[in-house]
Parts: sequence; structure tokens; C-alpha cells
Amino acid sequence: MSDNFAWTKKDLLGLEYLSAGEITRILDTAASFKEVSTRDIKKVPALRGKTAVNLFYEPSTRTRVSFEVAQKRLSCDVVNMDMKASSVLKGETLADTGRNLEALKIDIFIIRHSYAGAANVLSKFVKGSVINAGDGKHEHPTQALLDIYTLREKFGKVKGLNVTIVGDIEHSRVARSNIWGLTKLGANVTLCAPPAILPKYADKFGVKVTSDIDEALKDAHAVNVLRMQFERDDLKAFPTPAQYFKTYAVTKERLKKCRPDIIVMHPGPMNRGLEISTDVADGKNSVILEQVTNGIAVRMAVLFLTSSAVRRGE
Amino acid sequence: MQNYLIKQARVVDPANNFDAVADVLALNGQIAKVAQNIERKDAVIIDGKGLLCAPGFVDLHAHLREPGYEGKETIASGSRGAAKGGYTTICMMPNTNPAMDNGYALGVAQKIIEQDALVNVKIIGAITKERKGAELTNFAELKAAGAAALSDDGSPLESQTLMKEALLKAAKTGLPVTSHAEDLKLAGKGVMNDGFISSKLGLAGMSNESEWKAVEREIDLARQTKTPLHFCHISTKEACELIRKAKKEGLKITAEAAPHHFTLTQSECESFSGNAKMNPPLRAAADVEAVKQALKDGALDAIATDHAPHAPHEKEVEFELAMFGIIGLETAFALSHSALVESGLIDVKKLIELMSLNPARIFNLKAGTLTEGAPADIALVDLNEEWVYSQEEILSASRNSPYIGRKLKGRVKHVLCGGKLIFKDGRINE
Repeated sequence: MSDNFAWTKKDLLGLEYLSAGEITRILDTAASFKEVSTRDIKKVPALRGKTAVNLFYEPSTRTRVSFEVAQKRLSCDVVNMDMKASSVLKGETLADTGRNLEALKIDIFIIRHSYAGAANVLSKFVKGSVINAGDGKHEHPTQALLDIYTLREKFGKVKGLNVTIVGDIEHSRVARSNIWGLTKLGANVTLCAPPAILPKYADKFGVKVTSDIDEALKDAHAVNVLRMQFERDDLKAFPTPAQYFKTYAVTKERLKKCRPDIIVMHPGPMNRGLEISTDVADGKNSVILEQVTNGIAVRMAVLFLTSSAVRRGE
Repeated sequence: MQNYLIKQARVVDPANNFDAVADVLALNGQIAKVAQNIERKDAVIIDGKGLLCAPGFVDLHAHLREPGYEGKETIASGSRGAAKGGYTTICMMPNTNPAMDNGYALGVAQKIIEQDALVNVKIIGAITKERKGAELTNFAELKAAGAAALSDDGSPLESQTLMKEALLKAAKTGLPVTSHAEDLKLAGKGVMNDGFISSKLGLAGMSNESEWKAVEREIDLARQTKTPLHFCHISTKEACELIRKAKKEGLKITAEAAPHHFTLTQSECESFSGNAKMNPPLRAAADVEAVKQALKDGALDAIATDHAPHAPHEKEVEFELAMFGIIGLETAFALSHSALVESGLIDVKKLIELMSLNPARIFNLKAGTLTEGAPADIALVDLNEEWVYSQEEILSASRNSPYIGRKLKGRVKHVLCGGKLIFKDGRINE
């Protein structure tokens, strides 16, 4: 368990910016919030009187719903902004959107954006907490935190675990946040992907890199399967989906050669039969739906801790 | 016209290999004498004690945005920023709207310069019409309209044939050609230097190769045509080496570096601040060192600002959406002096060579020296004054500088331009 030090960071922009102690503190806080969702009355007054705005510049279903559920269970008032229908279309800059919301005295900003660093930029123009819900290829810290939470819940620890991330790593903010979080907590991370979608400087992240899925899964305690986005332009020249399934998908046959207690994670939405076979997605090693449940607890913890830093700063 | 007598300054004039405490007399807008103990009753005395007295700085690479983008900068505001930085001659790039691609456009700009400019402003004409890289402009017409050089600025000519033709024609016309050497295909959609940092930030990178491959091509064209060629803002170690070799080979190559490329690295981008975004991008530490060495050993000839003003709403946006470029006229001397002279790499005389004499020679300008009869363009600098660079002090119409809030050392105190005291006691004097 982490020490009960005062939380000082008003924003959660990425896991690169957190220490191992801070990450552990979020996980511990999430553990105490998880129970709230099992009650008949699923609500605590921790953020009563606070207003959160969910700014989604990019489509998202599960992350947006997860944040909203977490906010409501903390008694936070929630405003959802559909940025596609907003003044962004009229040319308003992110800075001006921030200044306007600041004038509305918003306390918490959840931002999902297709450009890297959007949360970092917004945080310069608002006094409230900014929580990054995914920015371009940069980071998706709450997703990685819920992945790591699930891992810790299953194995009782993170240090020393072998975690393999398979799929489109180059374009994945989930992968980047997982790499920072896992390596800070002492896990051994292996990245596995076709060479074309491995980051160019993958070796400098302090991880093992391979394009051989069987080698990557050998001794792994967990495999995190990323979504393959074949609709993206630069993947058009790529091996076909069928070839990808054959060479890189996590299947029952492959799992037979792994540790019996290996857990299979996926940030969703899944392409069944593409990066993961249906029998694995629904099988006994899958923790995919537990991840979704844990996402609420982790986001409650993040909302609670970052807000406590703002209160102190006033 | 008022005459001025600068007393007991440390006068540094590389053209005359001069570095000593002396007096400088400016009569009727010209340098009349540099000597000990000059007496002159009809001249206003400027106390030069403790100050460096150098030929006013010459910038080969500034974007003044007028006509066309007056929200970012005007000739009036840009030239005031230049005066504050000790510059007495600045050369404006042709990427205005309309572009500086015909005699009439240059004539319009010249009129604005005559009315509004506080320092000497020279115009760099476009190599191709509308800087589109398709059809050459009329170089003779541009020269007649006062063009000091030719460049397509940030839109390098992709066609080798056209660039070759441009070099040959320009040489005949007697206009220097400058090249923004960038392989646009290799640079792709890059927004910062390619490396581990761009990878972890999830930003598209621009490799060193996108610069040096283009430098290699241009050197080859200069070799084939036997014409002079000047490289803008060199930022990579590989390009420095290629230029060094080309010079040894005897080619008529010259090149400049911008202060940000020898004082900052790509790590500035980690904050996602638009003020860290420029093209060429801030590079790795090894490149910064290589650029400094190249300035020392002569592979690079000049320091140029690539002053590129952009309005706040064009910079305080998502990094990928921010415009490329930073302002530089007001900070160039202090940054260069600290990074090159105070670090012990070069002496003050060499610095003035890089900032005044060499740029003037590259564009054949009557500037860059305190020789008798030269225009009285003089910068007086307190090399020891330190201050924190603030947004409020900026005279440029834009504020896109990553140096805001940082401590600078070496402050310009007075500037004479054509014998007029345009900057006095740290303020514009009009």
C-alpha cells in the first residue's frame, strides 16, 4: 500500500508524468472506491457541488460512459459536450473553449482529442483539473491505469510480472501509457507487432521488442491485445486481415503454449476474429469485462485525487 | 543631421581586424573616424564606457509579414524589434501576400519601407511566381526593383532542372540565391524532430535526412553550375559536414544558422507548446553542438534569425495545428553571445563577424563594418546586463518566443542607423 501523502497534481495528462508512488496511490484509492459500485445505492458525496465537463472531440463510447458513470457515483454534476456540434466548427480554438468553460467555473475537464498533447494545451488555460481521456497517439492514462489495476488484482502485485502488448503499437496511446505505468512499477514489458507498426524508437522505451508472437507470449502473465485499425490509410498496404489473424492474433492454440494463469486484456472495441479469436475473448483467461468494471473505480479515484489537489490550491 | 561621438567604447570591427577601446565619430550619417581621444564640438556625446561598439547587425532571414499578414507583424513593428536587437539591416523573405515575385509588388513594399521602417529593410525576391516552384520570376526586373537576393523561402524548389536554371540566371543577374533545404517528401507530415521524443509524444517526426538530402542536392547543383549558393537555417550535424566538405572543394557555398538551433533542443517540444514548433525543427543535442562547432570553424558563415512572427491564436493551439516559426530579432545577440562567446567557443570579434560582416558580404550589402565612409550603422551593447525576457517588452507584433521568462545576458543599449540614434538607453528613440 502507498503512503497517504497529499496529492499535488491537479491534472492527469499522462502516466509519464507520475511517479511509481503516485500510480500506486491511484490504484489503492480505486480499490476503496470499487466497493461503491457493488452497493444498492451506488453513490458517495465525494464530489458533490463540483461540475465536470466531458469534452469529446473524437468519438468514444466506453470511455465517455465510464467517466460519466464514475462522475455520477461521486455525486459530481456532469455536462457532456458534443464537440462536433459545438463552436469548434465555427473555428474556436482549444484555448478559447478552455477560457469560456473557465468563465463557467467548471471544476473538472475530461478531454478526448485526436491531436497529441491536447490535454496538455488545455491545462494551460483552465484552473480546474484536466484529465486526459486519450490524445492522439500520445497517452490514454486512465485506460492504462485500469489495465494495471486489473493486473494487480489478479496477481496481487505488478513488479516482476511479464506483460506483453500485441498490435498496432505505433499508433496506440493505450500502449504508450501502459509502457510508462508498467515499467515504472517494475513489470517486464514486451511489445509485439509487425515491424511496420512498431514505434521507430521502440527499444528506447525500456521494453523488449519482437515480431514473433509465440516468443512474446512465452512466460507472459498477461497479454494486452490492441485493436487493429485496418480502416486507417497507412495500413492499406499492410498484410490482409486474414494474414494478420494467422500471424499475430491471440487464439486458443497460442494460449495452450502459455502460462495456464495468463490473463487476456483488450481495451476495446474488439475486432473478433481479427486480433483476438472469439473463444479467447469469451474464455476463462479473458478479463476484458472486469477491465470495464475496474475502469469505473479507477476513474473515480482519478477524479477524486485530482480534485483534492485543486481544493488545496485555492 | 545630428552628429554623434561615441566615447571610450570597446570597438570591435572585424573588417578592420580591430578590437580596442576607442572613440567613434559619426558625421552626416557616415562613419568619419575610429580613433583614440577624438574631440568634436558639434557632435552629441554617447558614453560608451563599458559597452561593446559593433557594426549594426545584419539579418539575412526575417519574415515581416507585410503586405498581407499584418496581424502577425508589420514592417513598422518588425523593424522596431530589429532595432531593439541591435540590427540595422534586415532582409525580408518574399512569403508575403502578394509574394515578392514582380517589380510592382517590390515597389509597393519599398514604399511601406520608406514610410514605416526604422532600420534598413532589404527585400528578398521570389525565385518562382507565387513561390509555387513552377515558373521562374524575372530576376532582372526584381533586381531593378531593389531585390537583395532570391529565395522561395519555405517552399523549396522540388524540380532540380528549375533550380539549376535559377542558379545560372541569378548568377548572371548578380543576385545571391538562398535555399531552404528541405526534402518535402522525407519531411512528410512531421511537426518536430524525429527521434525517441517524437515517438513517445506521438508526434510525426522530421528526420535529419530531410535536411541533409536536400543540402546534398543543392551542393551538387552548385557544383554543376559553378554558381554561388547560400543555405538558410542549417540545423543538422550531417548538413554542417556536407557544407564543410563543399567549401574545401572550393564551391561558392555559404550558410547561416539560427540562434534557436544552437541554444535549444527537441526536448522543448515535450510541453506541447506551439512556441517550440519551427521548421527546421529543434534537433538533438549532438546537432546543437555540431552547429556551434560549424559556426566556429567557418563551415557556417552567419547567424540569421529566421524571425517568424505568428499571432497567439495560431500558436496556443494543439501542437500539430500550430504554425511553424518563432520570433528572434530581439533575442539573437544575447542568445548567441551567451552560447558562443561566454561558453569560450569564439571571441567577440568572431561573433560580430557572424552577425554583421559576413551576412553583409553574402548579400553584397553596404553594411557590417565601421570603416570610414561606411554608413553609421552601430550597435552599442552592455555585455554584462542580465534581464528576464518578458512578453511585455516585445516590440514585434507577435509573442511566439520560447525564451519568454528566461534570463538573457548582453543587452543592446543604443543603436545608430544611418547616423540616426534610433534606439537610446534601451528604448526606441523617434
